[in-house]
Amino acid sequence: MMAETRDIQVQETEKQEIDESGAERTRAGACFVPRVDIYETNEGMTVIADMPGINEENIDITLEQNVLTINGYVASQRPEDYSLAYAEYRVGDYQRRFTLSDQIDKEKIEATVKDGVLRLQLPKAEPATKKISVTAG
Amino acid sequence: MERLRREMNRLFAGLPTRGSATPNYPAMNVWANEDGAIVTVELPGINPEEIDISVTGDTLTLTGRREAEELAEDEIYHRRERIHGRFTRTFQLPFDVETQDVDAVYQKGVLHITLPRAEADKPQKIRVTSG
Repeated sequence: MMAETRDIQVQETEKQEIDESGAERTRAGACFVPRVDIYETNEGMTVIADMPGINEENIDITLEQNVLTINGYVASQRPEDYSLAYAEYRVGDYQRRFTLSDQIDKEKIEATVKDGVLRLQLPKAEPATKKISVTAG
Repeated sequence: MERLRREMNRLFAGLPTRGSATPNYPAMNVWANEDGAIVTVELPGINPEEIDISVTGDTLTLTGRREAEELAEDEIYHRRERIHGRFTRTFQLPFDVETQDVDAVYQKGVLHITLPRAEADKPQKIRVTSG
């Protein structure tokens, strides 16, 4: 139902950096693949992505020919007068792409961001092909 | 400068964590100056009330829980990559903390903990007078 351009190692707790072997990004700095949970109901699909540092103003979601692209832009902020003494994570942008099937009603996709988590609701479209019942004459 | 960074990394090396399925979760960064430290932790989608921060002497302990979504019977997972469950992290700072002045802010899924250095722990400047 939903294919994706790349896979992620679940066991790793570290952020996974994006693979730039296809096309390079024009923005400098690191770019990470956000971790997602995806579940399906009878009504549609829900995509939940962990994107710490993101709010509704610096997230960009586009849909082009069935490809849903999530872009998050995070400016690295350093506390004033402090220097980084120990680091376990890096701050950077986020990007991930999903290929949607025709079953999704693309007009009704909804996105919300709260506490660095993106939640996408992808409702299923009404079936375009109607089943015609045949009655015996 | 590089030597100083290495030295700081050595000083700030975290204590091993116990009883956690994901020992390095959540990831934290430590910013420091002579007056204290700021610890930033990437913890998206958590209820701030569920995070327990405790500081004793020079040790910061962070415990909490990240809830998994409860799915109804007709719902099925396609992907489960996000980390759920209980976590505990302990971190030893190279100085004693002024515990009553510790401040924590949760914003955009990132926790910022400000840990001021205890006054008694700060280096004393000794004035030299000519005799």
